[in-house]
Amino acid sequence: MSLLRYCIRRIFFALPILFGITLVTFILFHLVGGDPAFLIAGKNASLERVASIRSELGLDRSLLQQYISFVKQTVTFDWGRSWSSQERVMDMFWRGLGPSLSLALPAFLISFLISLGIALLSSYYRGQCFDRGVLIACLALMSFSYLVYIILFQYLFAYKMGLFPITGWDPSWSGRWQYLILPWMISVTVSIGPGVLIYRTAILDESLQGYVRTARAKGLKDTAVYSQHILKNALVPILTIVIMQMPLMITGSLLLESFFGIPGVGGLLIQAIQNADFPVIKAMTVIGSIFYMLFNLLSDLVLTAVDPRIELK
Amino acid sequence: MKSSVLKTHPSLNRLCHNPVALFSALMISLYLALALFSALGWIATDFQTIANDRSYQPPSWEYWFGTDLFGRNVLSRAIHATQTALLVGLFSTTLATVLGLFFGSLAGYFGGRTDDLVVWLYTTIDSIPYILLVSAFAFMLGQGILNLLIALGLTSWIQLCRLVRSEFMKHKAQDYVQAAKALGAGSRRQIFRHILPNVFHIALIQFSLIFVNAIKIEVILSYLGLGVEPGTPSWGMMIDDAKLELHQGVWWNLGAATFFMFFLILSVNLLNDSLRDALDPKWHRPTSSKN
Repeated sequence: MSLLRYCIRRIFFALPILFGITLVTFILFHLVGGDPAFLIAGKNASLERVASIRSELGLDRSLLQQYISFVKQTVTFDWGRSWSSQERVMDMFWRGLGPSLSLALPAFLISFLISLGIALLSSYYRGQCFDRGVLIACLALMSFSYLVYIILFQYLFAYKMGLFPITGWDPSWSGRWQYLILPWMISVTVSIGPGVLIYRTAILDESLQGYVRTARAKGLKDTAVYSQHILKNALVPILTIVIMQMPLMITGSLLLESFFGIPGVGGLLIQAIQNADFPVIKAMTVIGSIFYMLFNLLSDLVLTAVDPRIELK
Repeated sequence: MKSSVLKTHPSLNRLCHNPVALFSALMISLYLALALFSALGWIATDFQTIANDRSYQPPSWEYWFGTDLFGRNVLSRAIHATQTALLVGLFSTTLATVLGLFFGSLAGYFGGRTDDLVVWLYTTIDSIPYILLVSAFAFMLGQGILNLLIALGLTSWIQLCRLVRSEFMKHKAQDYVQAAKALGAGSRRQIFRHILPNVFHIALIQFSLIFVNAIKIEVILSYLGLGVEPGTPSWGMMIDDAKLELHQGVWWNLGAATFFMFFLILSVNLLNDSLRDALDPKWHRPTSSKN
């Protein structure tokens, strides 16, 4: 029962944060930016046209009224319609979620497993040639821009060699995978560097603890020491880190989806940024933040499940 | 006086004897020199010379990285773009470091209501997906180097603030700060003379991380059309141009920008790694004592 109570408490504490997020988003889009009505009406529009757009969008109301209606939208999860396509923002989001997840989740899992494997090997051989090689390779991988990976991989593997389609999408579950392999490869290549470095640190931190020496002293084999002792304990910091890597994945999805024509949330968002489609950008910002907070809560719950020493308060 | 500090201080001593650190410091100075000399007009003066008759010439002895669509020397443009990268990187990182140190020490030292407010502020900002936040800032401020570095600076201080805050909370309770307090040191003196020097290594390590991030984000913002003004040489713009040029076999714009960016980021990453080894006591671990 305490679990339920903990969740309710956490959600209660998330309310001020959510309030802050709506405030920051609102300030960014309404006070700092220019008048969106002019953006929509175009350069040669008459003043009457601009005025009618303003009243249509509710921009002629006071800032407080506009903010209240934005909070209302956030609470009801209904952000109205996109300015450019006139479609309901929530419909756009739900339609984009499937393709986005089929890009992000497998890529994330593959990269997590590969990074963890390399990190284990690297910390086992710490200070030796293999470890140093891995470190340098990771730093080198991290020194290229995400955009360079996308442009180069797309050119080499899709355009030059023709191994994968260059862009495109098949809405059916059986047909979409051929379009996803190349984006997965890029996503994994980009995230492997930072992943290995952080996991290696977490594993090394554990491998110098006293209980490891005890385990070795009682004659356990290295494989048992690593799998039963070190990995289990290192999982606690690693899980926290995994959640912290989420923002990086959102950036990646944004770029990958727009380059490969995947109709996901990220591609939507890039279009919205390029068209100054404020309702979509605002809605996605708030939804993204809510997801981030939910994952934070999830990671804390998983942590308590993994490590009984951590108490829910 | 200065050199004796350099020799006797253990972490600086470690750093000076680390070949990797020396190599990366050398590389970074090289980049600083490139930026400075090109800004002074000593090298790469032809970065804006347009000659339509030599559009997209492949690399040659005359033009090491070929020419772009307008016949401009790609090598010169890449060198000039070093200025943009360093300007954006250094200033946005300085802004972020100042903000992070300020809010972090404020929250960590005073605690209570101040702490609640700062934690609320950074949790809020941290909850918004980074790329959205920074593109929203860049979008609202408009194109241009100045706006770009403000947008990057205002969005990159969270991690440092969090670390500084928790260090301050730890140090505040320690004996040396309590002793200073007992001797009558005010809160300003405690913060600046006593605690800050002890947590400053965190800022130093974070500085290079934020710097690398700023240079990488500039590329992505250029792709989104939110980077520097068109015409200003920047690696992001060159990479963004390459997405249409590569199919025509024009690889040198991408090649030059990637080449220059790679060695700068790699050097900063390597320096960061050595800094961590030298400054952060937690990173000291015996490398030879396997078992």
